[in-house]
Amino acid sequence: MPEPSHRGAPVDAPGISSRPEIDAPAGGAREMLELTQLADREVEELQALHTLDPDQVPADAVKKRLGPLFWFAAGWFLLIVVLALAAPLMERAGFLPDPTKAVKCANPPCSKLGILKQGYLLGTDNLSRDIFSRIVWGARVSLLVGFSSIFFGLVLGGAIGVIAGFFKGKLETVLMALTDMFLAFPAILLALAIITFASTSNPGEEPRLSRQVAVILALTIVSVPPIARLVRASTLVFAQREFVLAARTLGASNLRIMVKEIVPNVLPPIFAFGIIGVAIAITAEGALAFLGLSLQPPNPTWGGMINDGQKFYLDAPHMVLVPCAVLFLTVLSLNLAGDRLREYFDIKESVL
Amino acid sequence: MSRKVIGGPTGTGRDPNAKLLRVVDIKTHFRTEKGTVRAVDGVSFTLDRGRTLGVVGESGSGKTILSRSIMGLLPKRNVVRQGHVYYEGTDIIGLPDEEMRHVWGSEMAMVFQDPMTSLNPVKKIGKQITESLFLHLHMDKQDAHDTALALLSSVGIPEPEQRLNEYPHQLSGGMRQRVVIAIALACGPKLLFADEPTTALDVTVQAQILNLLQQLQRERHMAMILVTHDLGVVAGRTDEIAVMYAGKVVEHAPTPVLFSNMKMPYTEALLSSIPKLDYPSHTRLEVIPGRPPDLINPPRGCRFAPRCKYAQERCLNEEPPLIAAETPGHMFRCWFPVGSPEGEEALSRNLAAGASASGVPVTDVPMPASLAGRS
Amino acid sequence: MRFVWRKFAQLIVVVLAVTFLSYLMLSLLPGDLAQVKCGISCDQQSLERTREELGLNQPIPLRYVKWLGKAVTGDLGKSGTNQQPITEALQQRLPTTIKLLVFSQLIALAIAVPAAVIAAQRAGGIFDRISTTLAFAGLSAPAYVVAPVLVYLFAVRLKWFPATGTEGLKSFVLPSVTLALAEMAAYLRLLRSDLISTLQEDYITMAKAKGLSPREVMIKHAFRPSTFSLVTVMGLNAGRLLGGTLIIEVIFALNGIGSYIVQGIFSRDYFAVQAGVVVVAVGYVLINFAVDMLYAALDPRIRHARAIA
Ligand SMILES: Nc1ncnc2c1ncn2[C@@H]1O[C@H](COP(=O)(O)OP(=O)(O)O)[C@@H](O)[C@H]1O
Ligand code: SF4
Ligand SMILES: [Mg+2]
Repeated sequence: MPEPSHRGAPVDAPGISSRPEIDAPAGGAREMLELTQLADREVEELQALHTLDPDQVPADAVKKRLGPLFWFAAGWFLLIVVLALAAPLMERAGFLPDPTKAVKCANPPCSKLGILKQGYLLGTDNLSRDIFSRIVWGARVSLLVGFSSIFFGLVLGGAIGVIAGFFKGKLETVLMALTDMFLAFPAILLALAIITFASTSNPGEEPRLSRQVAVILALTIVSVPPIARLVRASTLVFAQREFVLAARTLGASNLRIMVKEIVPNVLPPIFAFGIIGVAIAITAEGALAFLGLSLQPPNPTWGGMINDGQKFYLDAPHMVLVPCAVLFLTVLSLNLAGDRLREYFDIKESVL
Repeated sequence: MSRKVIGGPTGTGRDPNAKLLRVVDIKTHFRTEKGTVRAVDGVSFTLDRGRTLGVVGESGSGKTILSRSIMGLLPKRNVVRQGHVYYEGTDIIGLPDEEMRHVWGSEMAMVFQDPMTSLNPVKKIGKQITESLFLHLHMDKQDAHDTALALLSSVGIPEPEQRLNEYPHQLSGGMRQRVVIAIALACGPKLLFADEPTTALDVTVQAQILNLLQQLQRERHMAMILVTHDLGVVAGRTDEIAVMYAGKVVEHAPTPVLFSNMKMPYTEALLSSIPKLDYPSHTRLEVIPGRPPDLINPPRGCRFAPRCKYAQERCLNEEPPLIAAETPGHMFRCWFPVGSPEGEEALSRNLAAGASASGVPVTDVPMPASLAGRS
Repeated sequence: MRFVWRKFAQLIVVVLAVTFLSYLMLSLLPGDLAQVKCGISCDQQSLERTREELGLNQPIPLRYVKWLGKAVTGDLGKSGTNQQPITEALQQRLPTTIKLLVFSQLIALAIAVPAAVIAAQRAGGIFDRISTTLAFAGLSAPAYVVAPVLVYLFAVRLKWFPATGTEGLKSFVLPSVTLALAEMAAYLRLLRSDLISTLQEDYITMAKAKGLSPREVMIKHAFRPSTFSLVTVMGLNAGRLLGGTLIIEVIFALNGIGSYIVQGIFSRDYFAVQAGVVVVAVGYVLINFAVDMLYAALDPRIRHARAIA
């Protein structure tokens, strides 16, 4: 059981690590750390709340509303999701030009704002392709990769975390050592290697996996260790609580306790982190696309568009600035929503 | 130890003949999203030089906030502080922190509840003591070192020379609290606040620390406000006692008078909840049924009515004012005081009905006469 | 002293584990080195011959041990693509990466620390709200989004700094700032929230009750105990940062270790990637070693716990 001491060093525990036990990854892509960092603070706060004298914690000190920023973020995100889902419909209805083909445009890249019906709402790129359409189709890639990799990451990492946190002992040590090992390896490198491994082939052979699947697989694998750590930390908190002890004295089986008591309690805060995780995964997909490792051209991806646009700063800055802005806003909105939900769930926790 | 005469910005109004501390109707409210928390709601008292006042009440009754409010140590944001605090005749309540800094440490000091958290974990004990010596008394290094040594010996710390170079975590709780006391006393304050100085300590060292405080207070002719939730702690150690409930002083009397002739049902309940001598003296006062009231929406009448065995209809609607008892210096807030004919009648009426006007079950007389004479 | 030895042993173990794992993984990649060397039109026989020459038909553990034996003597082999000795290439490239790391950390700390102090002192005030919002935005802006915008503004439009290259300090400004931005945001948030909770500690009220000014309270009492998680995260960040340089070096066409590794991955240059990974792993462990030392210097409780242990 980690000490409820907040931030401070584990004073009375010589022999354990020389630094406070912040369960953050010991390496990994820049993005992966945030998740865990946030997670650890969360867990500490939870523990602090549980140990404090309720008289001294004025319940009203915590905000209960989600606030306008949350709704703004949710709104932007919803817009992206709707556009992404509606892309095939819009194309069929003639609103959205083919993202891989040139549209009519006198001198590409056309940066003039057009109207939706004529295409190039956001201008075109150097190959006369409609940027709006590429953004919308690129959103499908980002969202698919972001959500599915975090979904699988949550399932796998969640299982590992709950098991480690619930059974403790040797099993926990082994599982956590394994996650540590993965975390010691920069995640972006790991992802690069996995994608190369999974989606390239000897000449003449079929690649083992499509690029899309390879990217999802890579991001799933790198997301498992931090998620496992996070879930383990939450599980540790709940495994001590009265209702679990009560269930145990009533003779409930371990599996039953895990599924019926631990998982429902661990889920809400983890859900909020999952949203931040999606933001991180979208960022990572962007990085891979930027390096040319996600979906291959001419298929649009946001990261790929940024990379393409870099060559045309002088003539067509919009080529790079538009996908930058869209990616930034999307990641920001997910982060914001996740952060607000995290605070929101906090209250629920303290009320428990 | 030489004492620098603190001119300070407050010096002009300072009157050495005035009472050391006069608190007039002090209020401290916290603005929160749920509403205003009336943590301290109109407290007044006077304290002379070298005298001791015990402030007693259950946890959450506003004792800590009261003492921090008097010292001006509360944050400014979302805190409303009203009333007057006359220190040597000067009202210090509106003073900005820059001016209060001349008073803090040199004129008033505070010993906190938990010595585990009131010492900086990453600073050597010597540094933590000498800091205020440099600041207020402008000592040089050697003087400060010698003074710190003397202070550590005076609070009964063995091998003081060695301790100066140690960190707080190297000392036991009791030793840490002695260090905190040494720090508080470093510049020879005239007024010491001791906020539950022994609550966090081992039972075995509690009495030692209390005796040390008492001894130092006498030696230095220092006024002391001893805050505690345990009537037993203040019994033999204070001149006067103020009993607090829900942000208000509900009874105030010279210590012997309070014990021999208490008027408040709340004080009576507190006293009957003092554990026997062989119990740990920091046992929580959970003997009184119910919890202290919500400080955002306190009960309309007497704030103790929902838990009081004497409560009548009147208590639920009218708030009792602070009235003087027959003994000088004894005041209380109650419509049906303990030991008065009204009180006896109220209690027997409730006994007969089996419950008070607010519905508290009343079965037998909880207050054996033998306990009342304990002081 | 014992502590130093323990750390040293840890270093060896980490380096061994990382190199073996990466060796294993890279060896399992399809499109092997022999193929690359031999060329597309290579027939089965000459492919086998190249395999043998490169020792690729031996079992992986044996190959690893051989590689390790040479690596210890400083011979990391030759690049499969241009035959340049890898050790030489790394030596040329290391300074660039180190400069990038150092500059970015300096920039991040130089801005994050004062900003966190000011924000925490007036928590909830204007400065606090603006800086935490900006930090939040900073955390949502990946390097490959920040870089184009910075390049567009400062290189293309204002022409203050070059967009690429390693000529002089000026060319490090944009890459370092890009890399620093997310770090800065993370440090700011962390230090600010730790400062705020430290400022609520009893010993801070106690310091205030001694008559110290808010400045003195902040500098002499609150700051140091609030840096623990910052320092910890800086150590943990080492890996993340090293990963970050990878992208930055590609974006700004800097010839550092990161871009070397990426190029190696794309051209299936195992030994180059392998060597790059070793450098990253050693760097990671060294940085964490430094952080442990710093941590012990900051927190006496750790020093004593260690003396007892
Ligand atoms: N910062 C704050 N905001 C709101 N309410 C507070 C705050 N600090 C204390 N309180 C409330 O003020 C009341 C008195 O607290 P306190 O003086 O600490 O009680 P005591 O010291 O008697 O146990 C409590 O009900 C507490 O919840
Ligand atoms: S008798 Fe009435 S006024 Fe007196 S304490 Fe009880 S409730 Fe309050
Ligand atoms: Mg208190």
